Amino acid sequence: MATAFDTAMKQGDDSLEESSVPAVAVENLEKSFGTQKVLNGISLTIDRGQTMAVLGRSGTGKSVLLRIIIGLVRPDSGSVRILGQETAGLNMDELGEIRKKMGFLFQHAALYDSLTVAENVAFPLDHHRPDLSKSDRNDRVAQLLHEVGMDGHFKKMPSNISGGMQKRVGLARALALEPEILLLDEPTAGLDPISSGEIDELVLKLQREHHMASIVVTHDLHSAKAIANRLALLDKGNVVAEGTFADLQQSDIPFVQEFLKHS
Amino acid sequence: MSQTQLTAERSVRAPQSAEQSPSAEPWYDWPLGFVNSLFEWFGGIGVFSWRVLRAGVTPPYEWRELIRQLDEVGSKSLPLVAMAGAAIGVVLSMEARTSLSRFGAKSMLPSAIVYAIVQEMGPIITSLVVSGRVGAGIGAELASMKVTEQIDAIEASAINPYRLLAATRILACILMLPLLTIAADACGLFMGWVTQTIIEPVSLRQFINSGFSGATFNGFLPPTFKTAVFGLIIGVIACFQGMKTQGGAAGVGRAATESVVLSSLFVILADVVLVKFILVFFP
Repeated sequence: MATAFDTAMKQGDDSLEESSVPAVAVENLEKSFGTQKVLNGISLTIDRGQTMAVLGRSGTGKSVLLRIIIGLVRPDSGSVRILGQETAGLNMDELGEIRKKMGFLFQHAALYDSLTVAENVAFPLDHHRPDLSKSDRNDRVAQLLHEVGMDGHFKKMPSNISGGMQKRVGLARALALEPEILLLDEPTAGLDPISSGEIDELVLKLQREHHMASIVVTHDLHSAKAIANRLALLDKGNVVAEGTFADLQQSDIPFVQEFLKHS
Repeated sequence: MSQTQLTAERSVRAPQSAEQSPSAEPWYDWPLGFVNSLFEWFGGIGVFSWRVLRAGVTPPYEWRELIRQLDEVGSKSLPLVAMAGAAIGVVLSMEARTSLSRFGAKSMLPSAIVYAIVQEMGPIITSLVVSGRVGAGIGAELASMKVTEQIDAIEASAINPYRLLAATRILACILMLPLLTIAADACGLFMGWVTQTIIEPVSLRQFINSGFSGATFNGFLPPTFKTAVFGLIIGVIACFQGMKTQGGAAGVGRAATESVVLSSLFVILADVVLVKFILVFFP
């Protein structure tokens, strides 16, 4: 696992040399739903090639943070910059251009239930890559499904595959447009330990091969430790600690110690 | 529990229950809430319609999805609409025969059937049938996609869901309603003729000639094409109710029911306005 970390760190450093613009930069993000304040001035920066795990208890706004980054939820205040571009005030089509550079894995995969596994993966390609011939498009779908270990399941419907397999297909769909940023919302939630481990391995492999910036929202510390080179711990809408796993272990903040103790 | 404890509990609870009692609410709370939600709904559907319009008129156009929806709304509604039209033709033929015979105007029967079906019964019955079948279908489909985050997934894939899901369905409803109405009218007229022929044989040519004698385009085109407005109403309401759904399976059921109820209601209300409009501008 250490080797994978080192590789990811090295790739992160290389990409930093390529460009000093962070992949994702959020500043003073605030979001409330009714009277409940979910995010309370969060600021985070994720560089190209890096993987950040956002940890925290349920209901601390981890998923909301991801949804704000991809533009599914608008923040009350604060700024979100994707590859240096501010997303506030953009309309849906302008935001679409930025979203093409991002892949999103939903917590429950959110596969289109009326389409087959292969059609789900082909969906973004059909809409954004009309230049691809049918055979090129099929080759690309086959390649993506091979990458996530879903060969031989092309024609199955999402309802006929397991939760872990759905996440793999969701991941393949998120990678279809070769994104520069990958957002993963609870990639291992609801999976057995073996499937969780397989998903972690898969994410690491994709990190190595595709060299993307990734944000992984999870409450699974083992998974975070396996796939991320930086961790941010959220509590009550704030980042209470940020750094490597070792940094968090050395932290004297009571909440951090409490979280690590129970994970 | 001792008497003292009970008394103490009552004394603590008493002010709470007085506060929470419905009788303590001012009388205007309910009507005010109703008016508020009414404005909210109209505001919501206005914003939604604007987004769909803006997305629908700008490229890229979703031709493949539009063709799929034309099939879904048009071809798949045809058998139901044809049966409804045929039933109306049979009923009208029987009812009109009895009424007209009473006034010695039996020779007017073909004209009465033609005018009743083409001018009002065909369009409204078709619209209500489509509102039931398609309205519920769209409402439930989009609501289900909403609660399972499929609409969010479409948006996250940099595809405008207003263009892909709403604009295509609304346009399909607008284009298909007049065609379905023509089909329902044809079935109604044919079955009206069949019913009359069973009682008193008359050739189809004679029935058609007699029925359409003195007919003008103004008498037939506006009532048929007013159903495009009904299609717009059905499409917009069903898509809006579906895409704003919240709350799991119950929300999906609620969206389907509300789509049918609201689109049927607004079709009938629009019919009142459009009939007056047609009478004034296409006398």
